[in-house]
Amino acid sequence: MEKRVIFKGVWLPLLLIAPQMLITAVFFFYPAGQAVWQSLFIPDPFGLSMQYVGLGNFEYLLSDPYYRASFLTTAIFSTLVTLVSMGLALYLAVLADRLIKGSGTYRTLLIWPYAVAPAVAGVLWMFMFNTRVGVITWYLGQLGYDWNHVLNGTEAMGLVVIASAWGRISYNFLFFLAGLQSIPRSVIEAAAIDGAGFWTRFRTIVFPLLSPTTFFLLVVNIVYAFFETFGVIHTITAGGPQQSTTILVYKVYADGFVGQDLGSSAAQSVILLLVVGALTVLQFKYVERKVHY
Amino acid sequence: MATLTLEHVKKSFGETKVIHGVDIDVAEGEFIVIVGPSGCGKSTLLRMVAGLEGVSEGEIRIGGDRVNEKEPMARDIAMVFQNYALYPHMSVAENMGYGLKIAKTPKPEIATRVQEAAKLLQLEPYLKRRPRELSGGQRQRVAMGRAIVRRPAVFLFDEPLSNLDAKLRVQMRLEIKQLQRKLGVTALYVTHDQVEAMTLADRMIVMNAGVADQIGAPLDVYADPETAFVAGFIGSPPTNFLPASRFGGTEGEQLGIRPEHLSLVAPGEGRIAGRVISVEPLGAETLVHLRLEDGTDVTVRQEGGAEAPGEGMEAGLSWESAAEMRFDAEGRRMRGT
Repeated sequence: MEKRVIFKGVWLPLLLIAPQMLITAVFFFYPAGQAVWQSLFIPDPFGLSMQYVGLGNFEYLLSDPYYRASFLTTAIFSTLVTLVSMGLALYLAVLADRLIKGSGTYRTLLIWPYAVAPAVAGVLWMFMFNTRVGVITWYLGQLGYDWNHVLNGTEAMGLVVIASAWGRISYNFLFFLAGLQSIPRSVIEAAAIDGAGFWTRFRTIVFPLLSPTTFFLLVVNIVYAFFETFGVIHTITAGGPQQSTTILVYKVYADGFVGQDLGSSAAQSVILLLVVGALTVLQFKYVERKVHY
Repeated sequence: MATLTLEHVKKSFGETKVIHGVDIDVAEGEFIVIVGPSGCGKSTLLRMVAGLEGVSEGEIRIGGDRVNEKEPMARDIAMVFQNYALYPHMSVAENMGYGLKIAKTPKPEIATRVQEAAKLLQLEPYLKRRPRELSGGQRQRVAMGRAIVRRPAVFLFDEPLSNLDAKLRVQMRLEIKQLQRKLGVTALYVTHDQVEAMTLADRMIVMNAGVADQIGAPLDVYADPETAFVAGFIGSPPTNFLPASRFGGTEGEQLGIRPEHLSLVAPGEGRIAGRVISVEPLGAETLVHLRLEDGTDVTVRQEGGAEAPGEGMEAGLSWESAAEMRFDAEGRRMRGT
């Protein structure tokens, strides 16, 4: 049972939601509309005139092998970022939940990375893995592994995944910890008396009860991996080598602002918008069914 | 079914001593109730038996085996929690069968045993429901069902009725008692409600500040309390305490007299005088509250039919000397005086 306050009339409710609507209109609907409009044109190189091409930009994009490759890259990248950041965060949260002493310090330390801007985090990781002066590269070299993410696409992907997931762990950790702590102690104790060891309890009681948190984080993390990782990719690999880390949002930037192909870039934004929208709808439709509130 | 023995059991959290040494011997199939005010350590004691708290000193034995170091699951016990602690994402049947499933009991057997327990507890129509679709009393039954299904040696109850409303509490109290009799399982039951303790227990343990003040059958404890605390805690309305110095005792000693042992007489007669401050007619009985000259409040319990004085009236109080209970300055019972 939720409590609702019902306002009479039209003007007060309108006034109350106006600020949010205004912000959404100015920063979302207007640019989105612009993108849809622009995606139907090809501007000339000097931006003086635009030629209407209908769905030509989309046709061209979908037949472009680089663009299709970028889809795959995005799928791999966002799956890995989501899995790594959520998996590690859950592991750390379970450990923190078991702590009795010093949990405050531990928590604070784990939250810090969240305060680091993605681009700054990207630079930090780039220096650590720098092919010439990077600390970790040097250690890897001592172990006989020749790290070079500038040449090796797989290593580049690994690095941007780690850097993107790292900043995200704090956020996920906080939510998982809150979720864990809201599970009644006595339920866990009852399971212990019922004969469930730690791992069985986690699998059959804790994880199912955590599912609303997990679902929320899944949606939020996928959106994060799709959009907000731009800074990390831009600073570490700039989409390279050979487009191996060019995710969709980076390609929007690269084609539009660097390549000056504004029509194609706009079309890409529209596709990206549809993809993320569809993904979110799918998650709510299929994954949410398994969630126990 | 098994015996349960606590030997000099002590518990401290760091420097704070919570339980100062408790000894109990529980016979097979006996129903023991631990009663005491909040913070007296009764729940901690139960949790120590369950294995949810470590034992600082002493020994706990179930069926003769030392269990101090054993995990809860290895102790052959089942526990009913105050907030039921049902698994919210499982159906009633899954809740009850969870322990068996973990023990890798064959599925048909789980189904039979869950069905049996459900029948016993009248839960059959609800087996497919989730806990949140049940009423408080039904949830309570599911929690008991979960305990029964596993056929443990000892049942532990941690204030299982305190979340229910008064009427349901009386009903569930009877059910718990009948169930325990029927199954013949040793039971350890914690409550702060002395009525529950009196009605359920074969023997009860009255705890006060981490010490078991008295262990005995409810009526024995009621009739013959060992300490002033027990006399005051067990019985409703509580025992009246008068300074014994007025009746030939020394300073600091107290005289305890139960409300039903006091009788009202005409003003100026009797052993002590007071003024009526309020009268509570409850039908079968009437409680008359008086304030004595020294400010002590005293309650007299009369039969419902007896004539009660009006508020503000003076009255005398009398009692048989045999009904007096004398306690020394530390609250210990003084006998043979």
